[in-house]
Amino acid sequence: MKSSSPLSWLKSREGLYYLALALLLVVILPLALDPFRLNMVGKYLTYAFVAIGLVMCWGKAGILSLGQGVFFGLGGYCMAMFLKLEASTPEATAHQSTPGIPDFMDWNQVTALPWFWEPFHSFSFTLIAVLLVPGLLAFIIGVAMFKRRVSGVYFAIITQAIASILTILIIGQQGYTGGVNGITDLQTLMGWSIRTDAAKTTLYFVGVGTLFVCLFVARWVQNSKFGRILVAMRDQENRVRFSGYDVAAFKIFIFCLAAMFAGVGGALFTLQVGFMSPSFVGIVPSIEMVVFCALGGRYSLLGGVYGALLVNAAKSGFSESFPELWPYAMGALFIGVVLAFPNGLAGLYRRYVMPLEDRLFSRKPAARPARPEPARREDKTLPDHLSVEKP
Amino acid sequence: MNKDDFLLAVEGLTVSFDGFKAVDDLSFYLEPQEIRVIIGPNGAGKTTVLDLICGKTRATAGSIRFRGKELTKMKEHQIVHAGVGRKFQNPSVFEDLTVFENLEVSYPMGHTVMGSLAFKRDAAVIEAVESVARTIFLHDLLAEPAGLLSHGQKQWLEIGMLLIQKPALLMLDEPVAGMSVAERKKTAELLRVITRDHTVLVIEHDMQFVGDIADRVTVMHQGKVLSEGSIDHVKNDPRVIEVYLGH
Amino acid sequence: MFADYSSTELLSIFAMQGFAGLSLFSVFVLMAMGLAIIFGQMGVINMAHGEFMILGAYTTYLTSQFFQTYMPGFFAGYFFVAMVLAFLISGALGAFVEWAMVRHLYRRPLDTLLATWGLSLIMQQAYRSIFGAREVGVNLPDWMMGAFQVTDLVELPVNGLFVMIIALSIALAVYLLMFRSGWGRKVRAVVQNRPMAEAVGINTAGVDRATFALGCGIAGVAGSAFTMIGSTGPSSGQAYIVDTFLVVVFGGAQSLIGTIVSAFSISQAQSTMEFFLSGSMAKVLTLLTVVIILMLRPEGLMALKIRR
Repeated sequence: MKSSSPLSWLKSREGLYYLALALLLVVILPLALDPFRLNMVGKYLTYAFVAIGLVMCWGKAGILSLGQGVFFGLGGYCMAMFLKLEASTPEATAHQSTPGIPDFMDWNQVTALPWFWEPFHSFSFTLIAVLLVPGLLAFIIGVAMFKRRVSGVYFAIITQAIASILTILIIGQQGYTGGVNGITDLQTLMGWSIRTDAAKTTLYFVGVGTLFVCLFVARWVQNSKFGRILVAMRDQENRVRFSGYDVAAFKIFIFCLAAMFAGVGGALFTLQVGFMSPSFVGIVPSIEMVVFCALGGRYSLLGGVYGALLVNAAKSGFSESFPELWPYAMGALFIGVVLAFPNGLAGLYRRYVMPLEDRLFSRKPAARPARPEPARREDKTLPDHLSVEKP
Repeated sequence: MNKDDFLLAVEGLTVSFDGFKAVDDLSFYLEPQEIRVIIGPNGAGKTTVLDLICGKTRATAGSIRFRGKELTKMKEHQIVHAGVGRKFQNPSVFEDLTVFENLEVSYPMGHTVMGSLAFKRDAAVIEAVESVARTIFLHDLLAEPAGLLSHGQKQWLEIGMLLIQKPALLMLDEPVAGMSVAERKKTAELLRVITRDHTVLVIEHDMQFVGDIADRVTVMHQGKVLSEGSIDHVKNDPRVIEVYLGH
Repeated sequence: MFADYSSTELLSIFAMQGFAGLSLFSVFVLMAMGLAIIFGQMGVINMAHGEFMILGAYTTYLTSQFFQTYMPGFFAGYFFVAMVLAFLISGALGAFVEWAMVRHLYRRPLDTLLATWGLSLIMQQAYRSIFGAREVGVNLPDWMMGAFQVTDLVELPVNGLFVMIIALSIALAVYLLMFRSGWGRKVRAVVQNRPMAEAVGINTAGVDRATFALGCGIAGVAGSAFTMIGSTGPSSGQAYIVDTFLVVVFGGAQSLIGTIVSAFSISQAQSTMEFFLSGSMAKVLTLLTVVIILMLRPEGLMALKIRR
């Protein structure tokens, strides 16, 4: 109804929240933290990509994927393969029995570079693959599942099974994947060392920039008619279908988008951390990613970002001082968020802080802030716990 | 008359659930601009017939021709695009969206993934939404979340969501069930407006209401057509009386 | 992969691996039955199901220790005591969890999934604090060791056979309870129409709690069986939740026979392939096959065509 220029929303209250996040990530944290800590934040931020995808997929569309680690890992592995090939020049690996291939292949008696490694000599191919490999897998899973109307708990568990399959596969095929250790010892990106403090800081800012690109894409999708159809689908899937929409196509699209976001996050993770391993792919990391999103607020994009930052910061804090208490805290977090505040931090903020803001700035309540959060909507249709219909 | 001259030709339609035939060798024909009401006791298979036409349930056998197209082979959203609109028995509106957005989602544009991303809320859309909203008595409530509407208002909204699609055939499943007397009267008025330029297939129990609107009535019993004709004809059909008044 | 073996050898290998898979089959059947009772009947998925199983396994371990130390004379019978204890302890904890957590989450299956996952993290860490990170194993009484020699190549392990008999008896008991008893009729009534069940005077909250407890109790018995096939560690149960859920879904969530058939086929497939491939590849192939079959036939092997 109101739309002057595509960016006019930046001046609204919502725009201020984005600005505040930008201020925090671009100015405050870099000034306040030493390069080591800033690199840690950079690492946490790569999970924010997954969280944004989950907000779109789970919060908006009601599709809970417990396999986002798969896509995060695929993006990360694509980047790691490129970096590993760069590190494995024939000169650098002259002592191996087959020079010019990654060291772990040599240890595992692989004597030639496998075919699927070949294209990762090219950086542009790698960048495309970071998006397309997760996107393609999500597409295949999406077509197979959504066309047959598999949803809810079934979908969640099958994505979890896929996470489990991929982890076992990566660990089992160590000659091709680096096995349980993953792909390690990554030094340079096109000749530029990624291990120095300066490089890590640069990568941090690249990460922040990319995150905002993804946030804007997600926001655009969410505010388009597409976004309203997602919400409508979560609510009354049949009504959407009988309003003339191919529901499966919408689900496939949003699932692919979330997978690609996760892939980008994974690739940035590899760059920030300097290695990639199956421990970021499996069941446990995948479901932890869901809690980032749940804590931040499953309906809020920015909430997802803060959730990823906070949970990971807490995890590092706990693991440094009380490692044995962390699993308890994490477990309590899962239970607490779901039982006590299913709308997460964003919901609490909306409920308690926003009215304060209103009073403080003596504004009228924002245009339509009070739209009730769809608290328990996702599961209104109980019989749908078996929501597998005849195709 | 060739069967493609009818708007809708249902022939030999059968569906069985694990051997139980909910609809059994059913045939009926709808002419353009006709108002047809299906009545019948509970479990007669009325709702299942609508489910079959709109693709929610797949037929075991038989054919459904609609404007020369075979609906039994089409997907749900394709059937909608062919011109069939269906209202469910329980009001199913999008409670988290506003009334405006509910109608806008149903507006027949931007129905593909890409189309919906590029969709713009232009003057034509706003005009169409407002005009339908006036018809369904919800013009003052466009900005309200649909979840806050009363039961009757939700029913009207769902009818409005069908109207904005401009379907050639409207199927309504018990449109006045659960409504107050005042709402019922208003709905009858609404249906009379609608029936001026739509073909309508209605399931209804309220005989007064049926008598008011129906051109022809089809009585279903145990998945089959028991009787068909004008309201007076079926009311006096001994088989119908037998089924309704018991043994 | 079969080329290196003669046909008689192949036959014996299949038979041997098949019998070796019996214990896995029993664990699957019991786990899946517990999960299916809870999921199929209540629409709630318990991600901590594996941890309830491990609770049963630790109970069995402690019982065996106790008998060994204080009543070595009765050691031969400890397994029966352990099974009963495992059932009671896991079931009691299940009832508590239902009261404290799950009952607030009905109608939100995805949230239940996350909350019970949180529970599983807490339970795992509790095991780690109490029993240590090292895995523990039980000693079998003499009568459960050894095997029947069927042919030169094929032998039938006594403990596997014993556990299978236990599993199938429990399956039969569950069938009788669910489909032949008054209580089971109440449970099914609640499943089909909760408001109506309430209206006719069924205590639906009580039925929910008892069903959840029963499911968890059976998981505890699965834990007793589990001590036969592997050593027990704090996170041994986690690996089983995906497999178990696939068993349930594969069999068709509402069908007891389906669950048994699918537990049998999945455990046998895995056990047989393990002989020819590495354990991890066998697992990958099994899971992948099940996932692909589920993609083709999401309603499972034995689902009814229901009017929706």
